[in-house]
Amino acid sequence: MTRPLHLSAALDSPGRLDAGHYAALARIAERATLDFVTLDDSFAAAPQRPDALATLARIAPLTERIGLVPTVTTTHTEPFHTSIALNTLDWVSEGRAGWLVGVSTTEAEARAFGRRPVAPADELWAEAADAAEVAARLWDSWEDDAEIRDTATGRFVDRDKLHYVDFEGRYFSVRGPSITPRPPQGRPVVAVPVAAADLAPDASAAGRARVATAIRHADVVLLDAPDRAARLTAATELRLRSGEHLRILARLDAALPDRAAEERLLAELTAAGTGVDGFHLVPAEPERDLAALAERTAPALRAAGLLRADYPGRTLREHLGLVRPASRYAAAPAAGATDSRTLAEVTR
Amino acid sequence: MTDRPLKQIHLAAHFPGVNNTTVWSDPASGSHIAFDSFRHLARTAERGKFDFFFLAEGLRLRETKGRIHDLDVVGRPESITVLNALAAVTERLGLAATVSATFNEPYELARRFATLDHLSGGRAAWNVVTTSDAFTGENFRRGGYLDHADRYTRAAEFLGLAREFWDAGEAGVRHAGPQFEVEGRLSLARPPQGHPVVIQAGDSDEGREFAAAHADVIFTRHSTLAAGQAFHADVKRRLAAYGREPDALKIMPGATFVLADTDAEAVELAAEVRRAQVSPQTAIDFLEQVWGVDLSDHDPDGPLPAVDPVPASTLVQGRVRHGDPLATAARWREVAAEKGLSSRELVIEVTGRQSFVGAPATVARQIDEFVQHDAADGFILVPHLTPGGLDDFVDRVVPLLQERGVFRTEYTGSTLRDHLGLPVPERRKPAPDSAA
Repeated sequence: MTRPLHLSAALDSPGRLDAGHYAALARIAERATLDFVTLDDSFAAAPQRPDALATLARIAPLTERIGLVPTVTTTHTEPFHTSIALNTLDWVSEGRAGWLVGVSTTEAEARAFGRRPVAPADELWAEAADAAEVAARLWDSWEDDAEIRDTATGRFVDRDKLHYVDFEGRYFSVRGPSITPRPPQGRPVVAVPVAAADLAPDASAAGRARVATAIRHADVVLLDAPDRAARLTAATELRLRSGEHLRILARLDAALPDRAAEERLLAELTAAGTGVDGFHLVPAEPERDLAALAERTAPALRAAGLLRADYPGRTLREHLGLVRPASRYAAAPAAGATDSRTLAEVTR
Repeated sequence: MTDRPLKQIHLAAHFPGVNNTTVWSDPASGSHIAFDSFRHLARTAERGKFDFFFLAEGLRLRETKGRIHDLDVVGRPESITVLNALAAVTERLGLAATVSATFNEPYELARRFATLDHLSGGRAAWNVVTTSDAFTGENFRRGGYLDHADRYTRAAEFLGLAREFWDAGEAGVRHAGPQFEVEGRLSLARPPQGHPVVIQAGDSDEGREFAAAHADVIFTRHSTLAAGQAFHADVKRRLAAYGREPDALKIMPGATFVLADTDAEAVELAAEVRRAQVSPQTAIDFLEQVWGVDLSDHDPDGPLPAVDPVPASTLVQGRVRHGDPLATAARWREVAAEKGLSSRELVIEVTGRQSFVGAPATVARQIDEFVQHDAADGFILVPHLTPGGLDDFVDRVVPLLQERGVFRTEYTGSTLRDHLGLPVPERRKPAPDSAA
């Protein structure tokens, strides 16, 4: 195994409402040169926590390279708002935004909104797929060169490069275009959580719907598998169904109270033949565990040639080796006009 | 006047918006979307010890003649997300977002503003607006079915419910009203300000009443001293009915300004800015808004259109059409005839005249006069350039206001409520099964 690992970590810190805490954690993760950090969210009353996207926007100016991937749920939210908030996170972080797609399955969350009763999870994931589709269309709805500032004709934009998205689905319809210009990454990175069981022949309807959402919309899958064998099977199946562009990161508990735990984690991270592109590390105590990761695990991985020493790129897509997508509404570019910067990243 | 202490002025900075006040054709005009532009303007406002920074909202791109309006700045970020990022690069400045009570739900929005208040150490403000048009509704689940009259009803119940969520402890909120039936508890402690500062924008009778009942700041249209005094007196009078003191609601008109070394130079510069604000194409667009018909073949350098306006036209979408078009056209024709103006010159003459024009000392004196004579409690300043449009005001006018003893030289508190002199609201215990 010579390909470097893609590593990420969760910043979840129940009970913390202060920005300084999350900024400090993200800076440690940045020292460990992780691709991105995640912050989970829901509309449940517990645990105590701030809005995840807002929190990562709050720390964006205090970090430089690390990707910022909040959970944003699609069940009780407006797809239009979700799209422009993620778009704006990409602007304020200068191309480091991602989206961990989530749904709200509980009765309590449904009651907090009072808009609709709780629905089966497979339906919620089908709706999440529609929300991801709308978000992507809205991100594309402004072509990259829509702003022209042509004083001769008095036009600020070329409106032929702004597009209605005209999405009409089972759950909602959205006309477009976005109010926010195309984000720096073209589209923020979309991540979907998938469990190995979701890919099994006897998977639940909800599991199958989650996989369908991932296949259709994800750039990154955060894979939850009970052991190495299940991980390999699930990753292979995912890759067969979605193609090489997908980055699969296996969820890994990263409680690091002592050197023995650090050794075990390092062994897990360096093991060959797991079928995944990297790992999503979930600390038990974020300050302690991320510090151990940055001070000892990351240097050890670098020594083994499995982790880059710094960030060669600026955007999250570049960290992940993903191309910057062209707008689906743009006329096909002339041959050879592909963005060479991101292509270089991909072919690295 | 003489036997009362000088009133302290409140100042806010409005990020330049998507109408023709904003000049994008100037070489000094920068990005309207890059974070650096927001950072520069917010930091400039904080350097000037402003009360808060203000972002407007638009949830659908404006249209003219069935096509996207392309003559003004188009595109803006999502406000609350930008303000959270700005909280990282400012320390004291209040952070105000305009957010619709129509196309959001109380639980989520209460949570988002509670988050902004926590992450900024008590600097959040919410400008509550309502929208009812089906045009904007096409971007949302809810659609656009609200009657105009229901807009403030929904807004009032929405805001009351948000306050319940902010106040509720472990017990949570149970609410059954005409608009909302919800039950829940936020995942955050009570915000540092108790409740984020509430702003109401709009001059209508309903808007004034809503402000008197619910708002901490009213964002109004700037006008003459006499009109400002009448508005001020009317709004402050309404407060008593809600058991509120006159100081509990700050009146802050939106105001533009043009500064130069001398008054004469400023007048000249103001005329130049207005020409930049009203391009030939924008002049035609203004005429179309009033006339309600396609005037793309009309000569902007010729006289006003000979035909009469069509009053019920839907030519223009996503923008407010003011007043009776026939009366407006008649008045415009009168002015054009009297002064011998072309269509474009007429539009330059009758629209968007700057509020304050002059040397720094003149502008400082005028602003102070409005406040000391109770035509306003302060101003929300709208620069015409991004991102440098506030630099001169902060460097040249603010020191003069400070010399006059009417504007802070340092922040004395850390929260926006501190800056505005507003107390943290009492925590209200909601009755079980509270109704609107």
